[in-house]
Amino acid sequence: MIWEEEIPGGAHWSGVLRRGVVLRLIAGGDDANVSALFFSREQPLERYNMADTLKAQHIAHLTTGCVCYSDMGRILCSITADTCGWHDPLCGLTDAAQISSRYGATRFQEQRNQRFVSGRDAMLVELGKHGLNERDLVANINFFSKVAVDEAGALRLTTGHAKAGQYVDLRFEMDTIVALHAGPHPLATGTKYAPPAIRLQARRGSPPAADDPCRVRCPENARGYINTERMYSS
Amino acid sequence: MKGLDEVVPAGEPWMGVVRAGQSLRIVDLEGNQAVDTLFYNAADTAEHYSAQNTIQAQGRIYLTTGTVLLSNRGNALLRIEEDTCGRHDTLGGACSAESNTVRYALEKRSMHSCRDSFLLALAKQGALTKRDLPSNINFFMNVPVTPTGELRFADGISAAGRHVQLRALIDTLVLISNCPQLNNPCNAYNPTPIRVMTWDNA
Repeated sequence: MIWEEEIPGGAHWSGVLRRGVVLRLIAGGDDANVSALFFSREQPLERYNMADTLKAQHIAHLTTGCVCYSDMGRILCSITADTCGWHDPLCGLTDAAQISSRYGATRFQEQRNQRFVSGRDAMLVELGKHGLNERDLVANINFFSKVAVDEAGALRLTTGHAKAGQYVDLRFEMDTIVALHAGPHPLATGTKYAPPAIRLQARRGSPPAADDPCRVRCPENARGYINTERMYSS
Repeated sequence: MKGLDEVVPAGEPWMGVVRAGQSLRIVDLEGNQAVDTLFYNAADTAEHYSAQNTIQAQGRIYLTTGTVLLSNRGNALLRIEEDTCGRHDTLGGACSAESNTVRYALEKRSMHSCRDSFLLALAKQGALTKRDLPSNINFFMNVPVTPTGELRFADGISAAGRHVQLRALIDTLVLISNCPQLNNPCNAYNPTPIRVMTWDNA
């Protein structure tokens, strides 16, 4: 273990994860959700790309063996372990209007650090710390949330999907700025603002071998690793 | 009727402004042509179409008549007022030289792509850059998602002469790439022209 830290429920976090480090996200309670965005540390204009991630792997959900693509054909991070089984790449963030209409209006003046922070505001704060702004706030991932799509295209969030203690491991393949918010999923139906905490654990990982499950999942991923390895070997 | 009426060949970008209250019609002239499209608030281009806000608000992933296209700030940009195709994709994004190397072969990097069209149009426009390219709409493209969370590129739902028509709710900058992709069925392996029309409503 290199370091360990907890994001309290409702709070946000950002940091740099170096190539070769594995970040474990651990659900601090049932129905946890953590929104995530990834940017290249070297050139933040290169960033996580929802569409390229989905279409390269023919998926509309993320789990073990999947990778998170940048918009430049490279892999920012790989999902090397996952005890939860389904993470949502589709539904985005909450905004301040949604949070106050669903959970009630709060201000720091009265509620102090128990105020309800929206996903969009949380991300704008964390992005700002790295010189990024709303132009960089692209489509995000919601880890620990399951949203299935029916034949007609309707979205349905599964309540009770994530359980306390479940985790997902992200092995970083590039030096990456990671922004996280431990807030409610935008499709959550409850009226009480009580998002669980998310525990972070960073460990040193091993480089992806020739038979790495993420690499061999599909020929597309094999090429994504080649693109990534070319940048770091030149 | 005051407005534009232009044919955009395959592989070309198109930019134009649709004023609040005007209609924008895109016609799939020969059928099964993907039209990669982005919308910006013409007065403040940091506000733009958001795929995630739009599908989250309507609770479904496909776009069709009645869909309100929302911005990254949660505001309504345009409403789809007519759609003779049936549904349009907002998950598949744009093809790029770099994603083509992943999806098809490392040797495909030099093939023309939507993102190259977008970047050339933005470079000539002068103020916007790659930073301003969020996930786009693919009009006339069929990208079904299965209940088990798989994504398919099926296509075959549009046909010659089908159109989608949008009513602008604010002054909107429109950025189109008429898709040059030759490696999958999104254009039936034969990219073809589209017609773009705008007009005032009474």
